[in-house]
Amino acid sequence: MSGGVRMTIAGGNIPSRQADAPAPARASTSQKLLRVSVPLLMLFLALLAWDLYVRLNDVPPYILPGPLTVADALLNDWGTLWPALFVTTKITFMALALALLGGVGLAVFLVQSRWVELAFYPFAVILQVTPIVAVAPLILIYAPTTQVALLICAFLVAFFPILSNMVQGLKSVDHHLLNLFDLYGASRWQTLLYLKLPAAQPYFMTGLRIGGGLALIAAVVAEFAAGSAGANSGLAFRLLEAQYRLNIPRLFAALILLSLLGVAIFALTSFIAWLSLRRWHESSVRREN
Amino acid sequence: MNIMHAPGELVVGMRASARPVVTMREVSKVFSNGTLALSDMSLDVKNGEFLSLLGPSGCGKSTALRIIAGLGVASSGTIDWPSSRINSKGLPQGDISFVFQEPTLMPWQTVFGNVYLPFRLRHLPKRQARDQIMETLAMVGLEDFAEAYPRELSGGMKMRVSIARALVTKPKLLLMDEPFAALDEITRQKLNDDVLRLWRQTGVTVIFVTHSVYESAYLSSRIVVMKARPGQVFAEVPLERADMRDGYYRTSEEYRATCERVSRTLQEAIASAEPVS
Ligand SMILES: Nc1ncnc2c1ncn2[C@@H]1O[C@H](COP(=O)(O)OP(=O)(O)OP(=O)(O)O)[C@@H](O)[C@H]1O
Ligand SMILES: [Mg+2]
Repeated sequence: MSGGVRMTIAGGNIPSRQADAPAPARASTSQKLLRVSVPLLMLFLALLAWDLYVRLNDVPPYILPGPLTVADALLNDWGTLWPALFVTTKITFMALALALLGGVGLAVFLVQSRWVELAFYPFAVILQVTPIVAVAPLILIYAPTTQVALLICAFLVAFFPILSNMVQGLKSVDHHLLNLFDLYGASRWQTLLYLKLPAAQPYFMTGLRIGGGLALIAAVVAEFAAGSAGANSGLAFRLLEAQYRLNIPRLFAALILLSLLGVAIFALTSFIAWLSLRRWHESSVRREN
Repeated sequence: MNIMHAPGELVVGMRASARPVVTMREVSKVFSNGTLALSDMSLDVKNGEFLSLLGPSGCGKSTALRIIAGLGVASSGTIDWPSSRINSKGLPQGDISFVFQEPTLMPWQTVFGNVYLPFRLRHLPKRQARDQIMETLAMVGLEDFAEAYPRELSGGMKMRVSIARALVTKPKLLLMDEPFAALDEITRQKLNDDVLRLWRQTGVTVIFVTHSVYESAYLSSRIVVMKARPGQVFAEVPLERADMRDGYYRTSEEYRATCERVSRTLQEAIASAEPVS
């Protein structure tokens, strides 16, 4: 009997899976190629346009350097730019890691009871809506070193999107599933571990992506505010320094490094999201009708 | 007792037990917004029976089921489990399973992972649970889909997973709240046959909430018709030969007559609730 049942209900499923399999594979190779080549081509065209504009109009390099001049600066100034890139990267990722720990931890704490949430809500809102640049001078005074101050700023900015997304996620659990866990006598800990945290994953990933981007922005903005020099200065300081010295090619080089770092963070967080959601969540699975 | 529907040899001993699985005595439920959902509802659920709760929408079927499951507390009245050991919450832990109207699966777990859930919550390692899980999946015809994710399954298959999860712990009492309401007619008939087969095989006691006269008449060994405003038991319709039901029964004169009888009772229940309009 059960065999017959499977025929009726799943019968439509199995053959179609097999029949479709080769076709999408063939289509996806050329599609993949296009997906990589089209953006690359556009980037190349933009660089070409930039270069042509600079050459044809004889724009001096202290106004707008051509791409080759910038590449030159990138190579020549690597000695100063590389440590700066390293510092900014380190601050960004440390801030993000701390924000993840703090955001998830506090979110779990907040959803334990409505009273806890009610009590902490005002602080969360106040800290979130206050522009971080305005707090930065204060943090610079309190923090033992500039590095720590930058870290705190970047942390504060990255922390809230992660916290609020996580709270939202932990509260959006299907209530039938909550009932089911109750019915099986699941402990609070089990419900958190096996139900709430997995269910909040998509929300967490959104927070991670936003937080990753914001951490970099905050690290840069805070360093602008700090404005102090030193061996441990990051890309933002090198950028300002290049501006003072009218070393525009180097400014562009620093800018390019910053945007590459941003792209890398975006790619990394997107990849993590894809890794954890690809099997089950609508945002990451390939639609197949 | 209802030995008329002689079950498989496995369960004869269990069903001979005269003590009810669960009894409700004058249970009332008032929601915080003032809705009186149940009023003095009394019900004895006998061991091994297939009991359907039939009634118009809003008559408190789900509420009654949830109270039995311990998911909601009664405002007054008592729930008793004469043949089970109960835990601190007054529930026979591990003896009840619930199948909701929606499959209620965890989308991030495979079919296997979803069925493993009740064991996981009891700290039983996967290795030890594997055989029983695969056996239960085979019972609902899904052994080939253990590694599939819920989104890869049809609505009927998801419901089977939900049933497998409910049965995997070998519960004494299976509560089902309109489990097939969202499914098409063909799938529903198939699943009705499956549920009947599983009921005979396992000897589980079932309380099945439904809107459908036909479904209740096909499945049940007893139908409890409820009425609304306030929700309570209106009438009981005991049925015979619950173990003989199959495709032929669907077209039999007996089935038609039963449906008519149940339908008439339901009409009376609806009429009694709204004497004004
Ligand atoms: N959480 C709640 N808060 C307030 N009132 C509720 C709640 N749940 C149910 N009710 C009310 O209790 C009554 C019974 O509801 P219940 O869901 O038990 O009905 P039902 O028989 O299962 O209906 P249906 O067949 O439509 O599922 C209804 O009048 C409903 O409005
Ligand atoms: Mg209901």
